[in-house]
Amino acid sequence: MGPLFPQEIISGNWNLFLAFIMGILFGFILEQAGFSSSRKLVGVFYGYDTVVLKVFLTAAVTAMLGLLYFSLFGWIDLSLVYVNPTYLWPTIVGGIIMGVGFIMGGYCPGTSLCASAIGKIDAMFFFGGIFIGIFFFAEGYPLVKHFYMSGFMGAPKAYELLGISGGVFALLVIIAAALMFWGGEWAEKKFPREEY
Amino acid sequence: MRLKHMNPYLAGVLLGLTLLLTFFISGRGLGASGAVKKVLVAAVATAAPEHAAESAFYSKYSGVDKHPLRAWLVFEMLGVAIGGFLSGAIAGRLKFRNEHSPKITSKRRAVLAGIGGILFGFGSQLGRGCTSGSALTGMAVLSLQGFIAMMSIFGTAFIMAYFFRKNWI
Repeated sequence: MGPLFPQEIISGNWNLFLAFIMGILFGFILEQAGFSSSRKLVGVFYGYDTVVLKVFLTAAVTAMLGLLYFSLFGWIDLSLVYVNPTYLWPTIVGGIIMGVGFIMGGYCPGTSLCASAIGKIDAMFFFGGIFIGIFFFAEGYPLVKHFYMSGFMGAPKAYELLGISGGVFALLVIIAAALMFWGGEWAEKKFPREEY
Repeated sequence: MRLKHMNPYLAGVLLGLTLLLTFFISGRGLGASGAVKKVLVAAVATAAPEHAAESAFYSKYSGVDKHPLRAWLVFEMLGVAIGGFLSGAIAGRLKFRNEHSPKITSKRRAVLAGIGGILFGFGSQLGRGCTSGSALTGMAVLSLQGFIAMMSIFGTAFIMAYFFRKNWI
C-alpha cells in the first residue's frame, strides 16, 4: 500500500502539497512543545529543562515502531522508504560542528524557523546564519569534496552492524530512551530554574 | 493569556505520528536544512547564473529541467513557519523578542545566534542533514547514519555546554 508517492499512487503535485501540510503539523507541534525558545532548548545541556530529550526520543521511537509495525502488517514497503547513506567521517565532523553551533546559537535549523515565525529575534539571526554557513560550504566545496566523500559505507541499518534483528535493536533503543527519560526527570529536579 | 506548553511526551508521540505519516505518504522523512540549501541555490542561480553553472555544488541542485524551489523540503518548511505561527497565535506567544539570559546583552545574544547558525549551516552540509533530516529521520528508519549524527551533535553540545554556560545560566 504505502509509501504512496514512490508507487505513484499520488501525483508529484499532491506530494508537494502534502509536504506543506506535514510541515504545518511539524511546525505546530514544535511550537506547542516549546521548541520556539532557545533557553528551553539548551536546558537539556544544563539539566534544568529536558524537553528536547523527551520530545526528540519519543518521536524517534514512535516513528520507528510505527514503521516496523506498518511493515509487519504489509501497510508499507520499507524497501521504498529512503534510508540515509552513511559517510562515516563527514557525519561525525559535521555533527561536531553542528553541536558547537547548537550550544552557541541555541537552535537547530527547523526550530529556528519555527521560533522566527512567532517573532524571536535571536532565531532570525540564527536562521540567517544558516544561509551564510551553507554559502561558505558551497563556495568551498572543491576544497572539502574529498573529505565529504570519505568513509562511505552504503546505506546500512544500525542493527546490521551489530548482527542483531531490527526488532531486538528497536527494543534496545526503547530501553535506552526510557533510561534517558528517567535521567531527564532526575536532572530537572536536581538543577531547577524558576524563570527563563 | 499565555497558554502552557504541551506535555513533552504527548508532543513527542504526535511528532512521531506526523513523521510516520510522512514516510507513508512520501517515502521520506522530515527535514529542515535542505530547504535553506535549495533557496540559496535558487538565489545564486538567479544572481550569478554562470557561477552557479560552473560550480560543482550549485550545479548538482539546479538546471534547465529542475527548479530548485520546486522541492519537497521547501514546501515542508513553508508549512513549518505557518504551523509555528498558528500555534504561537493560539497560545498567545506572538511577540517580537530577543530571548537571552539576563546576564548577557541583547547584542551578544544576536551575535552568538548568528555564529551558531553559520556553524549549523556549514555542518549540516558536511554531515548531509541536520537534527531533523539526519538525526531524527535517520534514527526512525534505523539508519546507522542517524544514530551517529544524533550522538555527534548532542554529544558535542553537551561537552561544550560547560564553556558556554555563562551565556545561558
